[in-house]
Amino acid sequence: MEWETVIGLEVHAQLATKSKIFSGASTAYGAEPNTQACAVDLGLPGVLPVLNKEAVRMAVIFGMAIEAHIAPYSVFARKNYFYPDLPKGYQISQMDLPIVGIGHLDIEIEGVNKRIGVTRAHLEEDAGKSLHESFHGLTGIDLNRAGTPLLEIVSEPDIRSAKEAVAYMRKLHELVRYLGICDGNMQEGSFRCDANVSVRPKGQEAFGTRAEIKNINSFKFVEKAINHEVERQIELLENGGKVVQETRLYDSVKDETRSMRSKEEANDYRYFPDPDLLPVIIDEAFKAEIKAALPELPQAKKDRFKNAYGLDEENATILTSSRQLADYFEATLKASGSEAKLCANWITGDLSAALNKANLEITHSPVSYERLAGLLTRITDDTISGKIAKQVFEALWHSTASADEVIAEKGLKQITDTGAIEAIIDRIIADNTDQVEQYRSGKDKVFAFFVGQVMKEMQGKANPAEVNKMLKTKLQG
Amino acid sequence: MHTKTLKELAQCLRSGEFSSLELTQAFLNRIKKHQDLNAYITVTEELALQNAKAADARIASGNATVLTGIPIAQKDIFCTLDVKTTCGSKMLDNFTAPYNATVVEKLNQAGAVMLGKLNMDEFAMGSSNETSFYGVVKNPWNINTVPGGSSGGSAAAVAARLTVCATGTDTGGSIRQPAALCGITGLKPTYGRISRYGMIAYASSLDQGGPMTRNAEDAAILLQTMAGFDEKDSTSVDQPVPDYSAGLNAPLKGLKIGLPKEFFGSGLNSDMAATLEIAINEYKKLGAEIKEISMPNLKLAIPAYYVIAPAECSANLSRFDGVRYGYRCDNPSDLADLYTRSRGEAFGKEVKRRILMGTYALSAGYYDAYYIKAQKIRRLISDDFKNALADVDVIMGPVTPTTAFGIGEKMDDPIEMYLSDIYTIAINLAGLPAMSIPAGFIDGMPVGLQIIGNYFAEDRLLNLAHQFQQVTNWHQHSPKGFE
Repeated sequence: MEWETVIGLEVHAQLATKSKIFSGASTAYGAEPNTQACAVDLGLPGVLPVLNKEAVRMAVIFGMAIEAHIAPYSVFARKNYFYPDLPKGYQISQMDLPIVGIGHLDIEIEGVNKRIGVTRAHLEEDAGKSLHESFHGLTGIDLNRAGTPLLEIVSEPDIRSAKEAVAYMRKLHELVRYLGICDGNMQEGSFRCDANVSVRPKGQEAFGTRAEIKNINSFKFVEKAINHEVERQIELLENGGKVVQETRLYDSVKDETRSMRSKEEANDYRYFPDPDLLPVIIDEAFKAEIKAALPELPQAKKDRFKNAYGLDEENATILTSSRQLADYFEATLKASGSEAKLCANWITGDLSAALNKANLEITHSPVSYERLAGLLTRITDDTISGKIAKQVFEALWHSTASADEVIAEKGLKQITDTGAIEAIIDRIIADNTDQVEQYRSGKDKVFAFFVGQVMKEMQGKANPAEVNKMLKTKLQG
Repeated sequence: MHTKTLKELAQCLRSGEFSSLELTQAFLNRIKKHQDLNAYITVTEELALQNAKAADARIASGNATVLTGIPIAQKDIFCTLDVKTTCGSKMLDNFTAPYNATVVEKLNQAGAVMLGKLNMDEFAMGSSNETSFYGVVKNPWNINTVPGGSSGGSAAAVAARLTVCATGTDTGGSIRQPAALCGITGLKPTYGRISRYGMIAYASSLDQGGPMTRNAEDAAILLQTMAGFDEKDSTSVDQPVPDYSAGLNAPLKGLKIGLPKEFFGSGLNSDMAATLEIAINEYKKLGAEIKEISMPNLKLAIPAYYVIAPAECSANLSRFDGVRYGYRCDNPSDLADLYTRSRGEAFGKEVKRRILMGTYALSAGYYDAYYIKAQKIRRLISDDFKNALADVDVIMGPVTPTTAFGIGEKMDDPIEMYLSDIYTIAINLAGLPAMSIPAGFIDGMPVGLQIIGNYFAEDRLLNLAHQFQQVTNWHQHSPKGFE
């Protein structure tokens, strides 16, 4: 039988606010355990949550970016369960009335666009962390993460393969970083997902029974976990078994999913509106303010780069893969006055290669956009050749000097003085009479030999166009 | 000294008749002498004397407030920095908060001198103070009867002159009912008027702190400092605080008082009805008009309350899990054992009963039938009040069905106990302000009159109470042995 996979993803994006969603404690990652948990985060008696407006703003930004319905009235609810790293014994989340309603995200699979529905996105607080190692059979609790704002983004069951799931997750990852609402650091858990996976005979309309795979924190694992789960379900069904609705955990070491708890064991979370918090009212003025400040979205930027700058698909895609890279490109272009293609090639070529090699992000590039622009300006006005430019770039990478300083210091300025070039050409023609004969008898290839000799003699600083022109004239005699 | 009102004491402190240190010492002596009443859980003697000295210096320097040097006692539901806060429970017998509740902070800033922390029903769940881990408080008017609850310690302490004023909290009547049973003045403000920050939550949408004093004039002074917006409490209301003392003497001529027939029906015993009639008659003499009104949904208040309050408390009390603070059972074998034994051993019977009721009401399949239904009733009750208050200025009624009942009398019958709040609960569901003022005696036991006003009409309520206290002296009576 042929099977069809049906997937829905729930992505948890940690919002990049400075303080927590309901307290003033810092959200910075990596501090000593329990040093960033205040009385509110600890759930001490008598304390009360106060909503961080910045978290609301970020949720609305996201909602607008996926063209979703922004709820004018949304409500925080308590999700009740006991766990040692959940200080209040309930998590403040949103249930019936989430802040972001139905929207969508377009992904590209093998050159074909596909629209994935987003059911909702809601605000909630993260729990702390239970540390089971190094406490001699005891469990340590770190509440630094408790109260960190999360946006849970729930997709429709529109995804049909692990590849689509990865594409969707990557697109979402790119988007939240673009919007500046999440740092997207998957290793630190800032961006993680749960996958709801089921299979059904191809052509059948009703969904199969689904299993939920919890807490997947890399693109690679999403693909592997889903593929593994799909195989498991198909094998089960083909052998006459039944998929049970349950929560499963992906073990990346063993590359398998295993059961955490079944539906029967599932918690009854007893959601109810949190009486400590007022409903969140979002008016038109607030939305208009956010809309006005909304950054250009990745797709729009890519289209603009292609249309306005005449970039090809590949360069446009690379340059718009992050907002910072795109900004770097546009700043360089503006400062250099060079051609867009030249600028794009330098950034996606030499600069990107150097950054990759040094494992650096564009935001930490040793060559600022001003200095790269300085280099491009000198290429454009023929002060240096493309070949010399590579040398200059190398120097820029390792120093803080400007392109002009490097060119002056190393004497790399291109020689366009025809007299100097002519003298050298004359000498080379005189010294290589055999080759001159060959050229004159029709062996055009020898021309390159003469160019090479001239360039060698002039340490590459001669203007290649000038050299070509003069050589041709002289050789023809 | 202890017989004077807050206002009188403030004048004495300023005129130098006696110092705050002398006054504080006098109250500390009385607290010791009458410790059998069990009104206090913690007495902060050293701290009080130290603060009294500081208050005297502040008075001398001329930048004192009216509360500087005035002894006060805090219900043990308000968190106090470095002083144990138990909420009347074994669960928090070892708990000291690292912060002050906003109310405590404001009173401290004003220079009030805290004498200690007052006994209360466990987590404010009770109407008799009998659910306290620290034992029942005795009613100074008859030590075989209860002082009411949950602010029983507060009411008894003010009535017995073991403090001149106290804080209380009111979720379903917990200020007004004990104030009535102990013959003092208690005010539950509009929901949101006083910050709940640092006030340990029982039912968050109903809880509200308030002053408990000898008379309305003192209540106005205390409320002045306690009230106001607090950015740490999202449900506190950002509305200016009026001068509560300014309007105390406004004339009552033309005032329209509504008497809900549901309050004065067959359920009310004849002695109570007769006493209240006399009291209301005083208002007529002051120029008020009386109008019978009807609020048909009042009868639904108790069932709605006993869904909403337990539902909220079932979540509010989840944080007491033995993990981070408070009671932890000995040698837990695993996590489930830690939870069940810590909570099982440290919570009292009434608290467990309400957690169970609330958990049930919120559980899958019952939520709509109980919680949602109760919220609808809450709306109906609010509408009843809204309609009534469109016609009349204030509503009056009883505070309690009877005077103070005997210790142990209702402990085996929770329904009977719940009914003792039948006249007060609806007001919390609507979020309105209400007062209980001394209105007479039945067989030597105090009776309270309840005055209910519109949202943020605390000044009006205080005006009405003060005018009544100008023509009656019920509030000046002292229980025997505590004069």
